[in-house]
Amino acid sequence: MSSLTVWVDGVGVLGPGLPSWSSSLATLRGEQPHAFVASVLPPPARLPPAERRRAGAAVKLAMAVADEAVAHAGADPHTLATVFSASSGEGGNCHILCETLATDTPMVSPTRFTNSVHNAAAGYWHIAVASRAASTSLGAFDASFGAGLIEAATSVALSGAPILLVASDTPYPEPLHAARPLPDNFGIALVLSATRSERSLASLSIELVPGASVPTACADASLEALRVAIPAACGLPLLQALARGEEQLQTLALTYLPTLTLKVSLQRVNLHAVA
Amino acid sequence: MKPLGITASTLTTGLGAGRAITLAGLQAGRTGLAPARFMDVALPTWTGEVPEADTAVLPAALRDFDCRNNRLAWLGLQQDAFIDAVQRARQRWGAHRVGVFLGTSTSGLLQTELAYHHRAADGSLPPGYLYATTQNAHSLAAFTAQALGVEGPSSVVSTACSSSAKVFGNAARMIHAGLIDAAVVGGVDSMCLTTLHGFNSLELLSPQICRPWDAARNGLSLGEAAAFALLERDSDAPQGWLLGVGESNDGHHMSTPHPEGAGAIAAMQLALADASLAATEIDYINLHGTATPSNDSAEDRAVGHVFGSNTACSSTKGATGHTLGAAGGVEAVIALLALQHGFMPGGLNVQTIDPALHVNYLQHNRSAPLRHVLSNSFGFGGSNASLVFGAAR
Repeated sequence: MSSLTVWVDGVGVLGPGLPSWSSSLATLRGEQPHAFVASVLPPPARLPPAERRRAGAAVKLAMAVADEAVAHAGADPHTLATVFSASSGEGGNCHILCETLATDTPMVSPTRFTNSVHNAAAGYWHIAVASRAASTSLGAFDASFGAGLIEAATSVALSGAPILLVASDTPYPEPLHAARPLPDNFGIALVLSATRSERSLASLSIELVPGASVPTACADASLEALRVAIPAACGLPLLQALARGEEQLQTLALTYLPTLTLKVSLQRVNLHAVA
Repeated sequence: MKPLGITASTLTTGLGAGRAITLAGLQAGRTGLAPARFMDVALPTWTGEVPEADTAVLPAALRDFDCRNNRLAWLGLQQDAFIDAVQRARQRWGAHRVGVFLGTSTSGLLQTELAYHHRAADGSLPPGYLYATTQNAHSLAAFTAQALGVEGPSSVVSTACSSSAKVFGNAARMIHAGLIDAAVVGGVDSMCLTTLHGFNSLELLSPQICRPWDAARNGLSLGEAAAFALLERDSDAPQGWLLGVGESNDGHHMSTPHPEGAGAIAAMQLALADASLAATEIDYINLHGTATPSNDSAEDRAVGHVFGSNTACSSTKGATGHTLGAAGGVEAVIALLALQHGFMPGGLNVQTIDPALHVNYLQHNRSAPLRHVLSNSFGFGGSNASLVFGAAR
């Protein structure tokens, strides 16, 4: 099986009880138990006032974790290519549009329609940072974290240029929530590069293994409950390995497709620098 | 990039199901557009509909995926011995080494729209409604992978109108990185109320048939389509070759293209560089050509900047309509037909070419041996993709 190797230069995270990467380190290391505290999404500082007010949860979440990872990596967002992976588009917009369309004379808001596209977060990000770099917005339902990670790693390996990966999911309001019950928002962002630098936290070697292997679980039951409930949280074992200052190679199995598992071999470097 | 063989391809649009009927339709200058018949939509607009998307029946094992979009996908897969070609690839490389990368903008969203028409008194959706296998974007890839028995990496790219062009890039990268050896690419998008009313609210729909490059053009005509292609690391008798992929963003506005076409220029230049070709080596350009005033102006500027005013080009959306997430795939397969048959389709529905537009826009079909074709797909939110295809030797 061929493998891809990339370096992690920056991390962003936002989820219930995990308000940011830097404030979540103790929890991710298991030094304190995780508690499910509903996530709070900040208005995106990068957007102009009107767009900032109108931004839905999906855009807010994606931009928050992207901001943290980019700052952590000391990267220039203007030049960074991006991969945005989400299991769905903006749930609130979808619900309101469907309600509107079920009336006799649907009056669809053009802004709401524009913001309902799956690539809305990518669109707003690239406008906010004035970036013409390439971007992909993709989804793979419950496999969305893995799909984003292999797309980003492949691009980095081939181009030699760094990439910002944003994997983020937001719940639907009712009645769609019952059909797709995500308990809360969850987002992970990683700045991945092709070469090691003094910024690098770890190298990741990524392989696809046929079959659905038993995934690496989180020892903390509350984190484990997130890992299996929200697609972006499939990356939690990766975050935990990044947070730990372990010298030896850590091998992780991340949930991906029913037919394939993502095997990630993670080697921490620059052990003192983590946030 | 190292060229990748396209072993098989197929498309189903308002022109009909399969490559032969599409080619015949393009050669005859036929359009698949007509005044909208979909549901009871009262909007004055023309559409390229595929009525069999309503009546196609999925196999029992795939019944959970039943929705217009997956029925259209199923109809599309049945054409042009595409399934046989994928089976051979699966046997050659192994099921886990064949990926699926498809584009869509609304997937099975119609299923949710219909469910909202039948909510119970407490607001809940009907019990038979299945979100994961219908509305969710990835249902298209999951359905296709299951229908074809392939088990490799899969994802759905959803970047509006560039989606099923970009997937050629996703697949090529993954093959070149060694994770897979073959990939099913393409896209499917189908009629739904969200896009009809959404584009209408943005005043982007023409009340008549769309007229790309016309002086009086006033908007697009939506279409539905399924398009698929099989890319392989190694192909004995390909229909054509994928030579280059170029992708960029406008970073400008969520629903209006950059007026100078800066992102579009970048995508085309990157595609040419990826193919190691000069602009003069492109024999025909299949334009994005949606017939909105702003797209055609921006694209004309961008194409003129990169290619000048000699390279023959046209939009085929006057025949198929704008198939959104399927457009890149549809027009890739049309590019392959052009290369295989030495045929450049003239753009339909032109009464007077806009004098402000300067590229060499074909209004009539032209026959000539073609070596290289470029196809543009420039999407909402400023996502741009250009693909370069080469003739099979």
